[in-house]
Amino acid sequence: MLPGWSNRLPPRHESPNESEMTPLTALLLRDMRIAVRVGGGALIGVLFFLVVVSVTPFAVGPDLTLLKRIGPAILWLAALLASLLALDRLFASDHEDGSLDLILTGSAPLELVAAAKGVAHWLTTALPLVVAAPLIALLLDLDGPAEAGLVLTLLVGTPALTFIGLIGAAIAVTLRRGGLLLAIIVLPLTVPVLIFGVAAANAAVAGPVPFGTPFTVLCALTLASLVIGPFAAAAALRLDME
Amino acid sequence: MRIADLANPSRFLRAANLAIPWLGGATALLFAFALYRAMLAPDDYQQGATVKIMFLHVPSAWLGMLCWALMTIAALGTLVWRHPLADVAAKAAAPLGAAFTLLCLVTGSLWGRPEWGTYWVWDARLTSELILFLLYLGVIALWRTVEDTSRAARAVAILTIVGAIDLPIIKFSVDWWNTLHQGASVFRIGGSTIHPAILVPLLLTAAAFTLLFVTLLLAAMRNEILRRRVRTLRLLQASAAG
Repeated sequence: MLPGWSNRLPPRHESPNESEMTPLTALLLRDMRIAVRVGGGALIGVLFFLVVVSVTPFAVGPDLTLLKRIGPAILWLAALLASLLALDRLFASDHEDGSLDLILTGSAPLELVAAAKGVAHWLTTALPLVVAAPLIALLLDLDGPAEAGLVLTLLVGTPALTFIGLIGAAIAVTLRRGGLLLAIIVLPLTVPVLIFGVAAANAAVAGPVPFGTPFTVLCALTLASLVIGPFAAAAALRLDME
Repeated sequence: MRIADLANPSRFLRAANLAIPWLGGATALLFAFALYRAMLAPDDYQQGATVKIMFLHVPSAWLGMLCWALMTIAALGTLVWRHPLADVAAKAAAPLGAAFTLLCLVTGSLWGRPEWGTYWVWDARLTSELILFLLYLGVIALWRTVEDTSRAARAVAILTIVGAIDLPIIKFSVDWWNTLHQGASVFRIGGSTIHPAILVPLLLTAAAFTLLFVTLLLAAMRNEILRRRVRTLRLLQASAAG
């Protein structure tokens, strides 16, 4: 697609199997297409991630041993903030141009719609982060098992961040400066994910705790959020849009 | 035809179509010769053959900085003289400069692992080069975020001029701070301190890289002009139909 081409006009050539796509698949593909176009912010999350990690040594000093010790924590915080960035546009942009009303009157259940949007957000915002994480971890002198453990915890934990963020995005959808309120709502809810994610990443480096213990709890948190997030988001949307 | 006549996009396209094949051929030949001379150059008495990463690392660093300097001149062209091709040049140059800077960072990192024992260290030269890379990514992100091209051009121009402060910081970082990176050995008062057996291949590869940059820049500018023409035609067609 051409850069600068408006992302609200329908594309000229629809995919040939368009009539066979379910509404949810169409919604997922639409969200992903919007995210990668001008103003969508798909890869800006990775850039933000890189910037936060680059700025940290200016604050804590360039001592590599210290950076290696707090490295997993910095990367997790940066991933959390980068995920948060794209969340406030998740429902708000659809609300602004009226597509959210259309979706609400559509045939697909609102819970599955929220889940589809969460999947699109994770694929376009969080997955590039996880792919870039091994390289960025090198900046903080993490390599080998430390890096592998960290990337694995990010891969498993970022869906939890997205799906918990769905709840806040749905609550803040009708607000103008919703972004800040969203952060205030979402960040406390993501604290358990952060605790176990960093614990697992640190356990991969050293320490008496085996990697599996906090990692399994992290997986459990993600699975729970995959269910709770869409239901809570759908309920919030119904309340907001009445 | 005066060189100022090239400001006309159509004349520029004709000149570029003529020049690019020849420049491409010259680049290939110069690269072949430069790499041949580089392979013949002697090994370092301490580093052995590892020193030959320099023939990639140093020219890409120079090109990364040269590209930003060119973008700064183009930014002045956009803001001060309203040159018609200035923003085309700036937009085309940004990804090239980012690629050269990334190549510099990666080759430097791979060189640092055997020589310094670490992939990365937060010293002044490396950090300022990483900041340059982040500036490039910021410029590319800004081009892709603002929909209207002429507004994007002005915003990018300001960012480019402000970012140009990084160039003297990178150049003089090894003089101003205590760094792990080697001090200036080519462009310094008192002449170069490198033996001609290694200096000559280095300058040859630098010339090859520069020629490569010029070829790719002209090709990218040609693509950008054509892309804008296609977009204008599509907009005309859409408004005529609707």
